[in-house]
Amino acid sequence: MDAIKEFFNFFADPRVFFLLTTGAFVFAVWRRDLFVKPSVGYGLQIFLVLFFGLGLLDENFRLIIGKPDNVPIVGLIFLLLFFTWYSMRQAVLNDQRIANAEPVAEKVEEDRVWVWPDLVYIELICLVLCSVVLIVWSIVLKAPLEQPANAAATPNPSKAPWYFLGLQEMLVYFDPWLAGVVLPSLIIVGLMAIPYIDTNPKGNGYYTFKERKAEITIFLFGFVVLWSSLIVLGTFLRGPNWNFFGPFEYWDIHKLEALTNVNLSEYIWLRGLGVGMPSHWLFRELPGILLVSFYVFGLPVVFARTVFKRYYEKLGPARFYVTAFLFLSMLSLPVKMLARWLFNLKYVVAIGELFFNI
Amino acid sequence: MADTKTVAPKEGALERSWNWLTETQIWKSVFRHNAPITDRNRVLVVLSNVFLHLHPVRIRKSGVRLRYTWCMGGLSFFLFLTLTFTGVLLMFYYRPTLEYAYTDIVGLREHVPLGIMREMHRWGAHAMVITVWLHMFRVFMTGSYKPPREFNWNVGVIMLVLTLLLSFTGYLLPWDQLAIWAITVGSNMARATPFLGYEGPGASLLALGDVQLIHAADDARFALLGGTFVGEGALLRFYVLHCVGLPLAIAVLMAVHFWRVRKDGGISGPL
Repeated sequence: MDAIKEFFNFFADPRVFFLLTTGAFVFAVWRRDLFVKPSVGYGLQIFLVLFFGLGLLDENFRLIIGKPDNVPIVGLIFLLLFFTWYSMRQAVLNDQRIANAEPVAEKVEEDRVWVWPDLVYIELICLVLCSVVLIVWSIVLKAPLEQPANAAATPNPSKAPWYFLGLQEMLVYFDPWLAGVVLPSLIIVGLMAIPYIDTNPKGNGYYTFKERKAEITIFLFGFVVLWSSLIVLGTFLRGPNWNFFGPFEYWDIHKLEALTNVNLSEYIWLRGLGVGMPSHWLFRELPGILLVSFYVFGLPVVFARTVFKRYYEKLGPARFYVTAFLFLSMLSLPVKMLARWLFNLKYVVAIGELFFNI
Repeated sequence: MADTKTVAPKEGALERSWNWLTETQIWKSVFRHNAPITDRNRVLVVLSNVFLHLHPVRIRKSGVRLRYTWCMGGLSFFLFLTLTFTGVLLMFYYRPTLEYAYTDIVGLREHVPLGIMREMHRWGAHAMVITVWLHMFRVFMTGSYKPPREFNWNVGVIMLVLTLLLSFTGYLLPWDQLAIWAITVGSNMARATPFLGYEGPGASLLALGDVQLIHAADDARFALLGGTFVGEGALLRFYVLHCVGLPLAIAVLMAVHFWRVRKDGGISGPL
């Protein structure tokens, strides 16, 4: 039993967890014909039921999963996995119909039906079921109420509400001005920009993957892998001092994790050239500033000229550069994660004098 | 009404009372049509009811399928109504001051037998966050944001943000350790807003001579909390936003959202 727990603790390590989630995602999209099989979908749900059911036998697991405010996230894991599988399944089935020159499922049913009763009774059933779930949930589980607010007693860890824990997890890799302000704003702007930068007229009003490969892959990566899996990570696997703890691991407040993170400027001036840090911050951080500038301004141009030339011609400059900027902003998180894990990189640009660290 | 009655072909006691009831002036003043079992009355039931008329009279068959809609938009709306109802009840018992906030919640727990209003409000709020996300997920996967529905997608994104803000402001109100520290962690981010937060990049550049324009007592976080820490000002501010400001805003946007669904051609489907 302990061996199994150790096994899951190992896979829950942020590096392994994130790479594994990404890997599973790539596989699910690439071999979607396998992923959408009913046996796979049900198998995943049964695995989750077993994992959570048997996991609850463990005291440490029970402590973190059983926290009343964490219960919705357990629900979210089941629902999100189910709906990812379910929407991909309908997309693949429709793709097969399109390949066979048949109309998609939604096209077959384009006849109109009466709202009363055909829609109203479905709404009524959903509404009743939703009420039942909510009432049972409310009877079974008391809303949490801890000690009265005390500004002098900081809990460890202090966590934001669960839906913001993906953002809090980003604080490991970025400073608050990026993780807490700029990137969340860009998420909102990016979501709002979607209809204007996606000029693909296909796939409007029906499930399909083949006709919208890039759009769906990028969205799923952002929503399922980055946003949602980081919420799960931040809620269940981060304990005191925001250290990593496996799901079956005791939250030891004295757990020490060596912090040996190094700035890019230190890598270059101290380790690379061995000349000591320049005194002025502009000169000191010039390599990092150039690197970030290239990532934000140079890379989109390179993309437009080379690998994504086809997209550039299709979208036009304005749409292409907005898309590239938003896409690179999203990718900045996994890029920074990898840099941290591989090189212990702390900041690419570290201008503490101006609170400007990237 | 010109059309013939279709209810009650044979006359039992029940049918007789039903017939009597539906012929009264009171009943007829409320329901302008007979039972919706004929096509004509199925039209009338939707058109003559302010709530049902959010719907069209007829709808594409694929659009009523749960496998297409997942009912997530409808459930989000229903949960919003549930939250409004339970929220109003909670407001009877809750005073947003440092003195009473926590004890009122304790009182609610201890003195109301079998009370589940706070539970329904809290779990309903969590559930609404999830249903709103899944609604967005469904709309994306069916490509329903594409023309002509671009604007409505944007209204939806704003409502998604408002949903999170509603949940976030409500999180503070019990005034326990869970509440103030979650809000402290969340609102500390505002301190780092570029230019507008006193620990944000560029804020130190905004100065008149030696006088800093942006400091702890006037930056973005101060505006959010009504103070330099999560205290009385924040509690009142979050309470007002939670109970009045944000619900009003989201209700207006809901009206726009539903109206635009209709105006943009009803539920999406293949062209």
